[in-house]
Amino acid sequence: MSEFLELSFAGIALGSRYALVALGFVIIFRATGVINFAHGGLMLLGAYFAYALIATGMPFALAVVLAMLGTAAFGATVERVALRPLVGRPVYAAIMVTVGLLFIMEQLATTIWGHNALTLGDPWGLDTVTAGDVVMPVKDLWTIGLAALALAAFFVLLRYTRIGVAMRATAADPEAALAQGISAGRITAVSWAIAAALATVAGVTFAAGPNALSPGLSTVALIAFPAMILGGMDSPGGAVVGGLIIGLVQSLTAGYQEDVLPWAGENVHHVMPFVVMILILLVRPYGLFGTREVRRI
Amino acid sequence: MLAVHGLEVVYDDVVLVLRGVSLEVPTGAIVALLGANGAGKTTLLRAITGLLDVHRGRITKGEVLLDGDRIHGRDAPAIVRRGVAQVMEGRRVFAEMTVDENLRAGGFTRNRMQNREAYDRVMDLFPKLAERRDSTAGYLSGGEQQMVAMGRAMMASPKLLLLDEPSLGLAPRIVEQIRDIIVTLNEQGTTVLLVEQNANMALSIATHGTVLETGKVVKEGPAADLLGDEDIQEFYLGISGGDGAQRRSFRDVKSYRRRKRWGA
Ligand SMILES: Nc1ncnc2c1ncn2[C@@H]1O[C@H](COP(=O)(O)OP(=O)(O)O)[C@@H](O)[C@H]1O
Ligand SMILES: [Mg+2]
Repeated sequence: MSEFLELSFAGIALGSRYALVALGFVIIFRATGVINFAHGGLMLLGAYFAYALIATGMPFALAVVLAMLGTAAFGATVERVALRPLVGRPVYAAIMVTVGLLFIMEQLATTIWGHNALTLGDPWGLDTVTAGDVVMPVKDLWTIGLAALALAAFFVLLRYTRIGVAMRATAADPEAALAQGISAGRITAVSWAIAAALATVAGVTFAAGPNALSPGLSTVALIAFPAMILGGMDSPGGAVVGGLIIGLVQSLTAGYQEDVLPWAGENVHHVMPFVVMILILLVRPYGLFGTREVRRI
Repeated sequence: MLAVHGLEVVYDDVVLVLRGVSLEVPTGAIVALLGANGAGKTTLLRAITGLLDVHRGRITKGEVLLDGDRIHGRDAPAIVRRGVAQVMEGRRVFAEMTVDENLRAGGFTRNRMQNREAYDRVMDLFPKLAERRDSTAGYLSGGEQQMVAMGRAMMASPKLLLLDEPSLGLAPRIVEQIRDIIVTLNEQGTTVLLVEQNANMALSIATHGTVLETGKVVKEGPAADLLGDEDIQEFYLGISGGDGAQRRSFRDVKSYRRRKRWGA
């Protein structure tokens, strides 16, 4: 039982990072109708920005906050320069641009910081907390706490603030939102900035501690992708649920693979997110919480 | 005052939908814009409010003046800031948001103080909405949704309000309420351009009327004159009640005959 609880706890820690990344996909999709393949690049650069700041001797927390702001500004700028001119053109053109941007961002990180694994320092150490006979790494507690904080801040913004109401209006009916004087361009810029800031939190929690930072980090976004799809591409809450499900599935599969799926090989947990995604889409084509109109894509 | 001069609008670079439309809405007036389905009424409103882009439409000739300034070519938010709000065809409320949230969206271009005042005014205009503030807009009745759409537009405290077929699909009793509200907000100082197929309702409160037919103005004048006009009576007023399907075919025949006679 304690093994199950420990694996579940690790799964939630992992899933909360996927949730951050998946939510970023959803935020940009709701604003623009475009799946942003460059999102993994934003997460990567966010983590490297944090690294660069920590390397100057800056306190970890301050570095993370500044990296979030910096990546947000970077994301909004990229959108303005590379994607805004494509508004009104076929959606696939914008999607292909985001694919191109992903490769450019990965190359940018490699050119500046190289291929070698870097360390963000060890802000949370290797300590563990024990509850009953369940052992939980402090690092994972921090990860869950930070992710929960970032997610809560976003949902408060979306529900209660002026810009949040405008973001929901734009997602619901872009033309009617425009008719209220809500500038689609501004909503898009804000959406990119928020998605980039959330991605930075995800990137930092992936790379901090004994994990290290290397350009391969952006592939994590590929695993958050099924999280977004199974939650429903336009549902922020769905992204969070989807992220947690994917994290739990990966952690439990990795933990029990030898007992349950010995024939599948020990890397089977890498494909499980996609298996789960396909199974859920077969039953619910719009994901768990998606709306039907998303079909137009 | 809103003035439209010789406006031509093309969709997809090929479909010419407005063919030299001119129209004036004097400050303080209610002007009715009448016309059958497909005449170009909604297109004219899109041209005024900067929403043609969304539909791959473009103004190819003419101009739109608001108090003497050219406003065509500006984007939709800029035009809302200039004091022009609209209630779109089909209401288009944000279905998953509450009534209050819909109203907040309508006040997006205004500051907190202005929104507080506008909100009180909207609640006075639509006491029903006050009871429904926290309801999800999508679950309201058609009439209530129309009130949300109108209240949302009024949150921008517009000088000029454009209404696109507000009576569409509503019961006669509700249409009367909507009409009374239009009169009230006009008396409180909002100029109104009222697009309608329900000519009876529109002309009963309008000062002026304009009839649009396949992208051209085919008739205009004081509302009282239009109400007495033989063609209008025959083609619009006689058909404002009765069974939907029959009415449509009847209107098609009439509009064919009218076109021949008016040479549009
Ligand atoms: N987005 C569009 N693209 C192409 N044609 C359109 C578009 N919207 C409307 N039209 C055409 O323009 C004409 C006028 O439409 P509309 O302005 O909606 O008329 P109304 O509001 O008077 O019913 C119709 O023939 C319609 O088919
Ligand atoms: Mg119309």
